[in-house]
Amino acid sequence: MDLQAVIRVALRALARNKMRTALTMLGIIIGVGAVICTVAIGEGASNQVQEQIRNLGDNIVFVAAGSVSQGGVRMGSAATKTLTVADAKAIQQQIPMIARVSPGVGSRVQVVYGNQNWNTRVSGVGPEFLEIRRWPVANGSAFSDHEVEAAANVCLLGPTVVENLFGSEDPVNQTVRIQNLPFRVIGVLASKGQSPFGQDEDDTILMPFTTVQKKISGIDWLQFVMCSAISPEAINPARQQIAGLLRQRHRLRPNEDDDFIIRSPMDLANAQAQAGKIMTLLLASIASVSLLVGGIGIMNIMLVSVTERTREIGVRMAVGATEEDVQMQFLSEAMVLSLFGGSAGVLFGVGASIGVSSMLQWPTRIPPLAIVIAVLFSAGVGIFFGYYPARKAARLDPIEALRYE
Amino acid sequence: MPENVLESQPETGVSGGSTTPIIRVENLHKTYDLGEVQVHALRGISLDILPGEFVAIMGASGSGKSTFMNLAGCLDRATRGRYFLEGQDVSTFSKRQLAHIRNRKIGFVFQGFNLLPRTSAVENVELPLIYGGVAHEERVARAREALRIVGLAGREDHHPSQLSGGQQQRVAIARALINNPSLVLADEPTGNLDSRTSVEIMEIFQRLSKERNLTILLVTHEPDIARYANRVVLFRDGKVRRDEPVEDRADAADVLKTLPVIDEDEEEES
Repeated sequence: MDLQAVIRVALRALARNKMRTALTMLGIIIGVGAVICTVAIGEGASNQVQEQIRNLGDNIVFVAAGSVSQGGVRMGSAATKTLTVADAKAIQQQIPMIARVSPGVGSRVQVVYGNQNWNTRVSGVGPEFLEIRRWPVANGSAFSDHEVEAAANVCLLGPTVVENLFGSEDPVNQTVRIQNLPFRVIGVLASKGQSPFGQDEDDTILMPFTTVQKKISGIDWLQFVMCSAISPEAINPARQQIAGLLRQRHRLRPNEDDDFIIRSPMDLANAQAQAGKIMTLLLASIASVSLLVGGIGIMNIMLVSVTERTREIGVRMAVGATEEDVQMQFLSEAMVLSLFGGSAGVLFGVGASIGVSSMLQWPTRIPPLAIVIAVLFSAGVGIFFGYYPARKAARLDPIEALRYE
Repeated sequence: MPENVLESQPETGVSGGSTTPIIRVENLHKTYDLGEVQVHALRGISLDILPGEFVAIMGASGSGKSTFMNLAGCLDRATRGRYFLEGQDVSTFSKRQLAHIRNRKIGFVFQGFNLLPRTSAVENVELPLIYGGVAHEERVARAREALRIVGLAGREDHHPSQLSGGQQQRVAIARALINNPSLVLADEPTGNLDSRTSVEIMEIFQRLSKERNLTILLVTHEPDIARYANRVVLFRDGKVRRDEPVEDRADAADVLKTLPVIDEDEEEES
């Protein structure tokens, strides 16, 4: 029997019992649909976390000035004055695993434009800061090394600051006042939205760190050094090397605590992504249990079908069907059931994920590979659960099958 | 044993002379092993059936005639003995080879018709050709021709439920003929039919036997039906008890003329 005839016979047999066929397929439809839907939700969530990780910056290693204790009273972080521009330069020059370095100082300031004013955080940073944070300038331009050296009165505004001071006006080349000093706005940062930890990252002003040190804070040390490692794998070794370098530069004795703190926010985000992946895997395996149940449904119906059609099998054998022909017939019925069910399940799953993302505002993403795997897996379910009934049909004795009432 | 002497004469029935017998069985035994008991269904059957013979096999139930038919139809294998079908020793064939032989050389007609339900007459008739690997167009053409031969032209697309018993049996006969078999095995083909329809079926068999020199093996327990054959073999206790030509052979076409006509078409469409 050729394949075309096999499939036609299978389709006809299934069409004879439409209700039963539909209900049997429903098991597979729900199974495949559930797997697709959970994978879509999981992938969507993990995609979002990946996006946030990318948003954080380029393999960031963050060195903050540490706490000091003076007579038993411990000051908060960024209280020491030991972290210096020279340290930042040393990190840049001596640690090859670090690609970029930006010194940093910060302060909260009241910023005034015309009759508007706004309280925000000003960060004094180096020109490399924007690349480390992967933070483009939307309008205007960033400051240069030259402006850093000159401690120029220039600034970049975050979109939130622009909104509150300028409304719809173009801020570029306007002048804002901070602590009665005029600062020329040379650019507007692109919107970065919320940080993974819920802060509005757009509510900020960036200036050359020299400008902040000299004209706003009046200090000559740094509060942080923002570094980017050459790769995600380089983050941890780079942390250790930075720690060693800074301890040596700060002449700390082995029994003394670090006077700086090193953090890499990607660690946290990565842990979050990992947890999300495990959750997706868990949900998908629960969903595949329903696919398994659907497969058992196919087996059950195929067994009933073999019993019901014992006489038909007898007739087919009498007129020349071999065991292989009969086995192929029932196996192809099971496969048609599971493949059609699987395809309908893909549609159902895709529809459900679209519904979930539009109704619950959850991000969903369906990896094309998941669809291919789902369809192949359902075909596999058909073969696996169809094999035993088909074998049973093929093993029938034609004489007894013909006599079966 | 006296029976064996009788059986060993292949020249019973119609003349065949030197032609190869369609069926030659030699000392065929069939034993069913039911665990503790062994049932000897056939205890040494030897028989020759020549091309064109129309043989009625008779016997009480348990006489071994059904077992013999199953062996003759290559649905089962003998425990002992040899079976030559058209000179080919099929007693050693594998299941797959037997399926092939059934497909090419044997047509079956059953008491209960055994048509596939919810399947049109043409599709029922073409079934053996599907397993013979014949292309779709040729299958349909040959199935229509076979239906015409049994007098069912115009009903090709009817389903079994839309056909009378006699018509269903004709579809079954058409299915048995579709592969131009060497041998047609009919197991109580008139068992479920009324007397006039039975005669109509026998008329088809007689016509096929005469016009196409078809070899027919017919199991029946009705002596009236056996009269339409040209040779009667009587089984008892797994052996051939009697094997003789039919003396006063009835002609179904003639008998039909004497029977009242029932218009089957109107009856089955009501």
